[in-house]
Amino acid sequence: MPDTDSKNGARWEERLRAYRERLACGFPQVAEVFEDCMREALAVLTSAGVGGYLDTARFLGGMGRGVEPVLVFLEEWPPIARTLGEDALPAISATMHALCKSPNARAITPFLQTLAAVARRLPSGPQMQRYLDLIDDFTARTTGSIHGIQQTFASPGLPDFLAQAPALLDKLSISGLHKWVDYGIRNYPNHPERQREYFGLQSADSRAVLQRERHGTLLVDNERLLDIYLRGLWGDSAQLVPYPTDIEQLPRPVPYYDASGMRLPDVLDDVAGVSGINRYRATLAHIAAHRRWSMPMFADNCSPMQRMAIEVFEDSRIETLAMRAYPGLRRIFLALHPAPLEGACDPETTSCLRHRLTMFSRALLDAEHGYHDAELLKFVRHFHDTMAQGNSSSEEIAALALAYIARTRRQSDQLADVHFADTEVSYRDDNRHLWRFHELSDDEEMFDEQRPMEAPADGDRLPPRHYPEWDYQSQSYRPDWVSLYESLHPAGDAADIDRVLEKHAALASRLKRLLDILKPQDKLRIRYQEDGSELDLDVALRSLIDFKSGASPDPRINMSHRTNGRNLSVLVLLDLSQSLADKVEVAASGGEQSILELSQEAVSLLAWSIEQLGDPFAIAGFHSDSRHDVRYLHLKGYSERWNDAVKARLAAMQAGYSTRMGAAMRHAAHYLAAQTADKKLLLVLTDGQPADVDVHDERLLIEDARKSVEELDQQGIFTYCINLDRRADDYVGDIFGRRYTVIDNIARLPERLPELFMALTR
Amino acid sequence: MSDNEQFKVREEPFYRQQRNEVALYEAAYAARLPVMVKGPTGCGKSRFIEYMAWKLDRPLITVACNEDMTASDLVGRYLLEANGTRWLDGPLTTAARIGAICYLDEVVEARQDTTVVIHPLTDHRRTLPLDKKGELLRAHADFQLVISYNPGYQSLMKDLKQSTKQRFTAFDFDYPNAALEIAILASESGIDEATAARLVDVGAAARRLKGHGLDEGISTRLLVYAAALIKGGVTPVDACRMALVRPITDDRDIRDTLEHAVESIFV
Ligand SMILES: Nc1ncnc2c1ncn2[C@@H]1O[C@H](COP(=O)(O)OP(=O)(O)OP(=O)(O)O)[C@@H](O)[C@H]1O
Ligand SMILES: [Mg+2]
Repeated sequence: MPDTDSKNGARWEERLRAYRERLACGFPQVAEVFEDCMREALAVLTSAGVGGYLDTARFLGGMGRGVEPVLVFLEEWPPIARTLGEDALPAISATMHALCKSPNARAITPFLQTLAAVARRLPSGPQMQRYLDLIDDFTARTTGSIHGIQQTFASPGLPDFLAQAPALLDKLSISGLHKWVDYGIRNYPNHPERQREYFGLQSADSRAVLQRERHGTLLVDNERLLDIYLRGLWGDSAQLVPYPTDIEQLPRPVPYYDASGMRLPDVLDDVAGVSGINRYRATLAHIAAHRRWSMPMFADNCSPMQRMAIEVFEDSRIETLAMRAYPGLRRIFLALHPAPLEGACDPETTSCLRHRLTMFSRALLDAEHGYHDAELLKFVRHFHDTMAQGNSSSEEIAALALAYIARTRRQSDQLADVHFADTEVSYRDDNRHLWRFHELSDDEEMFDEQRPMEAPADGDRLPPRHYPEWDYQSQSYRPDWVSLYESLHPAGDAADIDRVLEKHAALASRLKRLLDILKPQDKLRIRYQEDGSELDLDVALRSLIDFKSGASPDPRINMSHRTNGRNLSVLVLLDLSQSLADKVEVAASGGEQSILELSQEAVSLLAWSIEQLGDPFAIAGFHSDSRHDVRYLHLKGYSERWNDAVKARLAAMQAGYSTRMGAAMRHAAHYLAAQTADKKLLLVLTDGQPADVDVHDERLLIEDARKSVEELDQQGIFTYCINLDRRADDYVGDIFGRRYTVIDNIARLPERLPELFMALTR
Repeated sequence: MSDNEQFKVREEPFYRQQRNEVALYEAAYAARLPVMVKGPTGCGKSRFIEYMAWKLDRPLITVACNEDMTASDLVGRYLLEANGTRWLDGPLTTAARIGAICYLDEVVEARQDTTVVIHPLTDHRRTLPLDKKGELLRAHADFQLVISYNPGYQSLMKDLKQSTKQRFTAFDFDYPNAALEIAILASESGIDEATAARLVDVGAAARRLKGHGLDEGISTRLLVYAAALIKGGVTPVDACRMALVRPITDDRDIRDTLEHAVESIFV
């Protein structure tokens, strides 16, 4: 054998010499890596391909641009050829020749450096050709013509663009990339500095155009759709918070949820026949299933490997339950779940635990997994048997997981080199919710409520009014339980509100059209009256014809008139409690606004709308600081017009204290009852459930508010609640029956509130 | 056939009790108290009244109320005839004369001035003044007035006056619970219980969206429709699309979600 080896060795040396000659390149750095490169090249390329490889390398080496281009090419081409096929070389080579002839030879190195990454994103010939065409176009349009002197200056933006290309293609399709490039060239043809900033992704417009052209399904565009999914199919709801996915970061960030919401990738592409939106739904289904069926466990007693196993088993358990409720989920999970190859991981050199567990998880999902491992098959059976009994539990499945890794443990599981391929289940969350730690106690939340407003000095106040409160436990009223102080709301700057109205001018003109329809006509004709003030000729003639022809005529041949159809009085009651200061994201403008600001805008538009309709209306706000101090603040009285004094008060709205709703509604009723209109409407705008600092039983103030709605109903007052709390379903129906709307997308409140009012009074 | 027989419910309507409403209704009838049935559309209100009329063996006269309805449409009017005029009783008057149960479906739809004519029939007087005819009709001892009312109308313009509401005893109806609704679907349409259960799941998803873009969830009535389509050979997915999703909303997000729910539930 050594004989043949040395013979082979000699032949190899000979071949290598021939290759070297064909390369004809004297750089010592090339000599160092040449043999390795050739081995790689020979594994991928045909002999013709090898010829092309060496010729192109020779061209690059002889270009007079130093060692870098040839070195990068020698190293990068074999893996690129593996992705694209060696036939791609002539086109790529042509591009490099063109660059070399132009003043842009310096760009060849960045072109080659990112080409492998680009090829992975554009693996087909035609796609790659479009990329090369794009470079030719880029070069032609940005090179040299700055002062009319042909082809003297290199393209300023090209090297930056080439360096960014892989990151850009993460977000853009090749067509999107074309558009993005085109925008940059058209806008910065003569500013080398600006052009460089644009193509280096440094300028704001560059990033904005990128956002506009990006592919995939964006979370921000689908928030409501996903919220409805979560609510409708899972009876769950949460803030959906996007995290950025554009960084080429490993390990990739994973979805998770905590008290502040569910974190999801900001964009998802279609994958394996599953649309981006269904990938989001898969993650939401998985998380919602955890929230429904998982119980946290103590992590302290488990090793990291045990925890990993428990997590995989638990993920599979809750998915099994989710698929019972929604069998269609299986198709989506199956398409997204990796199918690791049995034997792909070498337990001698790598830690195979992840690989093993992912196979197990796959086998649970896919009856046709085709795996042979006996332990795996046995535990798959155990798992299915356990689930056949019912829902099982986090704890029970954890025990099974521990048994499984005890049976399949390997020394190499400890190795640092972990087999990662085909083990990432993209739609699963990171399971942080599954673990509790003995050392840390997370129930020590801080309860220091903010107190931004100074209580007005007692001297300025009117004496309080007393209201009863309903104690549901004893099913009786506590008489004179609550002291309510009323006052005029302090004033700010009316111009602020005018600005708000200006900002929403487009919305206002849209509302105006709706309002015009609702607006009472001076005289309203009521037709089909037997006794009316005038004969309705149309109907009378029809009746006469009926009569003459022997059919029985309609006797309702008169009509009468009614003036002003709307006989309605409105009171808008605003919850001004502390939570109103919370910020929400306003997708449209990209900024943040507090709920208070949005309420302010919404109420301004509502007030403007009601004023157009001519319905008498008042606006008041309330908040409370224990039963001894409920404050009712007048923003607009019935006798006032929608004028600067009112706007000034609205402009000064602030958030603070708590929400003792029942008392405030009873007081509002007192004003509404004094109105003479036929219909009386109390609109309550709130962002949370009734609560106060001196009440610890959550139900108490909910029940009291419910009672006050009943009382108002008896007085002929129609109460309607507009609620901004995503969790409102738990209580709002208890209080307001069917008369409520929950506004999930608070950013849309300014348009929703007037619309709702109109729908309600149509 | 006498008037009385003509309005009888001849065959036992299929009705599954939600709680103890049958006994409560019997008690209300025994005391001849007026009854109001509240609840979302298509949850079984009309069916319940029909069933009670059958059970109590009373004639049932149903009037579907609408905006153009006037008091005369309920009470009656003079008709012109070739040789003079003739008085014709309205349905309410007929019911009061023969001792029927008069069911005014969706009274809120009627104009307020119309609703007022029922007032004297619903208190101790139990009379109906026929002004035009100059008659004060005393209601038959067996007469009872029932109205239905869907408080889901998201408009205060269509709400009953307190003075009307407070003349009735009331039943609060809601969609039947899952087990009951499954049984109803199975027996109304003849589909198997497993399929019925899947339909009820679709209904549940929509009902959770009430107030979040849907004014009303999917009614039992629509579920029965879907079941009937499936029974007739339509695929479940198509049946749901046709009977459950399209009728209730044009909101794209909600449609998408319900379609997705249907496809997830019926694979
Ligand atoms: N408890 C029940 N038992 C039997 N069938 C029921 C029951 N509840 C609902 N249904 C079914 O639902 C259908 C709709 O019910 P029904 O017509 O009584 O609705 P409704 O409440 O009167 O609706 P609307 O307010 O629109 O008139 C019935 O035809 C019947 O098939
Ligand atoms: Mg009905």
